[in-house]
Amino acid sequence: MSILVNKDSKILVQGITGKEGSFHAAACKSYGTQVVAGVTPGKGGQVFEGIPVFNTVEDAVHETAADVALIFVPPPFAADAIMESAAASVPLIICITEGIPVMDMMKVKRFLADKPVRLIGPNCPGLITPGECKIGIMPGFIHKKGNVGVVSRSGTLTYEAVLQLTDLGLGQSTCIGIGGDPVNGTNFIDVLEMFEKDGETEAIVMIGEIGGDAEELAAEYIQKNVSKPVVAFIAGMTAPPGRRMGHAGAIVSGGKGTAADKMAALESAGVTVVKNPAMIGEAIQKSLVK
Amino acid sequence: MNIHEYQAKALFATYKIPVPKGNVAFSADEAATIAATLESAVCVVKAQIHAGGRGKAGGVKLAKTRDEVIPFANEILGKILVTPQTGPEGKEVRKLLIEEGADIQNELYVSLVDDRATGSIVIIASTEGGMEIEEVAEATPEKIIRCVVDPVLGYQAYQGRSVAFQMALPKEVIGQFVKLLGNLYRLFVEKNATQIEINPLIITGDNRLIALDAKVGFDDSALFKHPDINELRDLDEEDPLETRAAQHGLNYVKLDGKIGCMVNGAGLAMSTMDVIKLAGSEPANFLDVGGGASKETVQQAFQILLDDPNVKGVFVNIFGGIVRCDRIAGGIIEAAKEVDLNVPLVVRLEGTNAKEAKDMLAASDIKLIVADTLWDGAQKIVAAVT
Repeated sequence: MSILVNKDSKILVQGITGKEGSFHAAACKSYGTQVVAGVTPGKGGQVFEGIPVFNTVEDAVHETAADVALIFVPPPFAADAIMESAAASVPLIICITEGIPVMDMMKVKRFLADKPVRLIGPNCPGLITPGECKIGIMPGFIHKKGNVGVVSRSGTLTYEAVLQLTDLGLGQSTCIGIGGDPVNGTNFIDVLEMFEKDGETEAIVMIGEIGGDAEELAAEYIQKNVSKPVVAFIAGMTAPPGRRMGHAGAIVSGGKGTAADKMAALESAGVTVVKNPAMIGEAIQKSLVK
Repeated sequence: MNIHEYQAKALFATYKIPVPKGNVAFSADEAATIAATLESAVCVVKAQIHAGGRGKAGGVKLAKTRDEVIPFANEILGKILVTPQTGPEGKEVRKLLIEEGADIQNELYVSLVDDRATGSIVIIASTEGGMEIEEVAEATPEKIIRCVVDPVLGYQAYQGRSVAFQMALPKEVIGQFVKLLGNLYRLFVEKNATQIEINPLIITGDNRLIALDAKVGFDDSALFKHPDINELRDLDEEDPLETRAAQHGLNYVKLDGKIGCMVNGAGLAMSTMDVIKLAGSEPANFLDVGGGASKETVQQAFQILLDDPNVKGVFVNIFGGIVRCDRIAGGIIEAAKEVDLNVPLVVRLEGTNAKEAKDMLAASDIKLIVADTLWDGAQKIVAAVT
């Protein structure tokens, strides 16, 4: 078991002929992921690295039964790409694109609300079920199959945590980046619920950061609903208020969304909060011995 | 991106949102000329900087006669204003807004913000204008009225009426208020704002609504749609190193510590700052070189870090995913040739092509300290600097 994706997942890549899309589609494929289709409007009929390219998502789904969309479309057109996949009822949509206007994402969120689809991201590294499939931009080789679920608002910081786990011999069930944008498709609670239900996941790493109150809401949820050990790290303890730290969503505004508040909320929910991101792996190791 | 009050008010005027008559002045003479064109003898001289709390810091003066405008303008222009939002170094006042005084009967608060939880624009209003809204929310949360607007349907008049009646506004201004909210919403959506705040929105003695202050922020990701808004950018209000970094596609925020950091990815960059603090020092900056870091961007990043006089050591922390470590190593080697690297350098490279990168650095003649992990690197740079 794993969550959301496994070796049977069939991926279509929107923006497959672009610089990022072509590079990562090939990398996902070489990891063993079933990349069954690409979509680039106007380039239907072409073949990229053995992958058929279609003009529309609808065509791609019809011909290949793809059930996951991976989006590398540039920011001005990315919201449209998400909606195209949602309209074609692709159940899982992963948007890597960074820099989508907030207002575009508001419309997307509203559009998805009554559809049986899940969006992960945008502005995220994607997700990976080690040994089965990689659907995103993370370096596959640092991962190892196992029982720790990882959910994060960050990309490279997730790799950091994963490497610590792997170095300690602790494999991962699934690793998910939910993205650094203020308006996104999937939040911590959605993923925590899935990890709690997943038979293979024994412990959970949750990596949050300053801005918003997703971590505080997750803390409340964990207290009531999560029985598995959770180790959390919150990035941005030293970030000055009012400044955006790289991610569009990473900003302390009006005294709200500080790392200290988030850590306190998680601690009071029984979560092991590590102040030093280099200690995430060890903390999980300890939680599994208990 | 933020703009000045005078720019926000000009934008308000184009959206039929009532603002006091006035204009921007760059000198005391200009201030006097503008004051002479205003109908009321009483006028307000307001420092224009990108920070709130100007009044308490002495950046807003009420001139009872036109003759007082010149001395007030001379007093404020060139002054370094220190407010809770400017940081201890303050901000120099380079321009003034001169506008006519208003007959204030009542002060209200109105703002529109993008709300993460609902993925919608939320209208926030209160009868407690003129105060810090965070304080109102803390002390009297029942006086804060919130109204979520559906992003597809947009603002509806009934929502405005609901807010107005909850605030118990006098009946003469309800119609104006409902229209004002509609105009604010239109501005927000059409210009991809992230925040519009009017504090205070006043009711005058003759029952007119006027936006006495105006604060507008825009979505950086949507500026490509709005060249007119992009032109309102005031580089004087931004840190020169930050401006330079942005021109090279680097995400850089200047801080006050002495350890410069160069990292890929925002989360890892923040964490690197955090571990520097845990190791006993302070970070000099946030710097995300991004996913597409090349030799050139690494070189630029180095130059920017070293141009900060506070920097006494540099910590490079790269986790290669998309970014290949060997490219970063190449950038470090090139940069070391171009710039005078006279401070300790700790490099930690992990992930894609890390081994090749370490070999490249070992083969070069750059003086650097190699670190194996994030924590190891933080400890080494702090030890090297202190």
